[in-house]
Amino acid sequence: MANMAQAIRMALHYGEQNLGVEHIFGEDVGAPLGGVFTCTQGLTKTWNSPLDERGIVGAAIGLGFANVRCVAEIQFCDYIYNTIDLLKLGGMSTWATNGDWPSPFTIMTPVGAGIRGSIYHSHSFDAMMTHIPGFKIVMPSNPLDAYGLMLACLKDQNPTMYMKPKALLRVDAIEGEQIPGEPELTAEGKKMLKEMIDAPLGDRSKWKAKWPNLQDYTVEIGQGKIVREGEHVTVVTYGRHVLIAREVADQLKNEGISVEVIDMRTLWPYDWKMISASIQKTKRVIFVNEDTEVTNFGEHLMRRTIEEHFYTLHARPRLLAGAFIPGIGLADNLESASVPQASDIAQACREIVAEQP
Amino acid sequence: MKFKLEPKKLIQIHDLMVKSRVLEERLIRMYKQNDGYFWIGGPGEEAFSVPLGMQVSKGMGLDHDFLHLHYRSSPIMLCMGAEPIDSMRQMKNVATDPYSGGRNFANHYSKRDWNVVPVSSTIETQYLTAIGTAIGQTKEGCKGITIVNGGDSGTAEGDFASALVWASRPALPLPMLMIVTNNGVGISTPHCSQFAGDTIAARGNAFGIKNKVINGNDVEESYFELEAAIKYVREERKPFLLEARVSRLYGHSSASGANFVSGEEDSLLTFEKNLEAAKILTRAQMDKIREDYTATMLEQSKGVKHEPMPSSDTIYDHVYYGQKGRYW
Repeated sequence: MANMAQAIRMALHYGEQNLGVEHIFGEDVGAPLGGVFTCTQGLTKTWNSPLDERGIVGAAIGLGFANVRCVAEIQFCDYIYNTIDLLKLGGMSTWATNGDWPSPFTIMTPVGAGIRGSIYHSHSFDAMMTHIPGFKIVMPSNPLDAYGLMLACLKDQNPTMYMKPKALLRVDAIEGEQIPGEPELTAEGKKMLKEMIDAPLGDRSKWKAKWPNLQDYTVEIGQGKIVREGEHVTVVTYGRHVLIAREVADQLKNEGISVEVIDMRTLWPYDWKMISASIQKTKRVIFVNEDTEVTNFGEHLMRRTIEEHFYTLHARPRLLAGAFIPGIGLADNLESASVPQASDIAQACREIVAEQP
Repeated sequence: MKFKLEPKKLIQIHDLMVKSRVLEERLIRMYKQNDGYFWIGGPGEEAFSVPLGMQVSKGMGLDHDFLHLHYRSSPIMLCMGAEPIDSMRQMKNVATDPYSGGRNFANHYSKRDWNVVPVSSTIETQYLTAIGTAIGQTKEGCKGITIVNGGDSGTAEGDFASALVWASRPALPLPMLMIVTNNGVGISTPHCSQFAGDTIAARGNAFGIKNKVINGNDVEESYFELEAAIKYVREERKPFLLEARVSRLYGHSSASGANFVSGEEDSLLTFEKNLEAAKILTRAQMDKIREDYTATMLEQSKGVKHEPMPSSDTIYDHVYYGQKGRYW
């Protein structure tokens, strides 16, 4: 039973073994730490880069030009902002050369609040990143998708941005989320996997991971997933808010409100077909994410909803997003007030369902 | 004047220098005749760039040299076999532009088959992407190296410092030839407003990077110093920082008028005087070479005017590799 950090680690191991990944690098990515969230422990192609985000992203772009498969990490997305022009550069190489250059490289970075990370360890990056064409952008919400989306990134010929919802990195898989080849989803399986692939505390110089016999499992980029079927309202979300929306859906069942929850999984190119079909079914939609609310990606989805489904809707669409403030405050009350909570989603569902045309 | 290079090589260099100069002058004329929106290039740097282009290991993949060029690099491309008419196509932004399909400015080259990565207008980011190809070339047995060039004032960007840091780490030294062509001016500002110190090459000392300052207006000095620097990087698999002092004969770009600037040494004229004195070429022969290129490129530029523009319905093509049409 893997948590998301272990799932990412196993995907990278599969990539090293089977998909030609030759370089996995970033700050503290190599031994002895193996990443501040342990996502790169025990791998063989990891190394520690200089503390230089621009160098990291530039190196990834260059390795893509050289057709050498790499995964570069920015330790927290809060520190990726000084590379925006490089992300734009990486995203445009194919287009600017009229299709001459593929640009296969993956950047991964932890995003979002939920761990009391204060001002500079709680930023989101989806609003900014979705403004940069040319990247394929993914964000998993569970260990199995984390594994499958990483493999999809490692097979793609385009730049891929893999956003890790940091609040979910320690969340274990549930039934139906077993990675092909990993130990069973039981307490015993969890213990076994930990002993196999988690680095011990203290001296790790002689430790080597014992990898399970992992299998190929790919979540196709561009495919969302309906995680709760419902009739009255559609909640479209991604990352850690998938789990929150799922809980809300289960809770509201008791009130007679049937909520359909869509996990987008991919932000570009996104699964509009799935979103569109759901909106036409429920005729009510709420977009939920934790990035700041102004020029938020949910606003784009809302615009498209209005343009294409205005006369289908039975209620005005909503966006629940992070407050438009410079950062996330550290105190519990401040963080909770800054990003959508379960109670906010539940209340929005009640209100939108109560609204009649 | 006694040359060290063989006459045949000198004649070849001269031919490529003239070809490069005539191309840039043609591109400037195209811009001034409204056959392009913007000109930027490097006339005046031929004595350095031609010897560089002649010594590149051309090809695709890690065993050949990767080139991360800036927008003053047409002589390098011509040496490698690029056709002048293709530069005119990019200037005219026609669909037949092989480097960008009418999407980018003149002298923004890109050629995957030759490891020439896309030139970007962003100053100095090429030093960052160069880190990546050079890392790829640290692979055991790899023969290719990474060559990156840029101007003097661009070294103020942190990206230049990043390249020095990454290239010189004992954990992973990079086979990277870092070139700075120093013309003493940053767009419109003299170098004293840009940085202190006598040389940029000396910055390599702080990182243990071998470095040298050369006269980039001297053909033979450029040729032999480049030969030595390339040999060092290729064999030692370590970085080298080479600063070439060069002239800038037509200013920064069309933003500064793209007019001839007097008072700068013209390396082509210097070279031609020496060739004549050494009786390798006569004035008449050299005039004929220039006249022939001028006439040929004039005709080519006329033809380019009638080539098709890119179709507006192609704007979404190639956002993703292999994709055509609207993708969302």
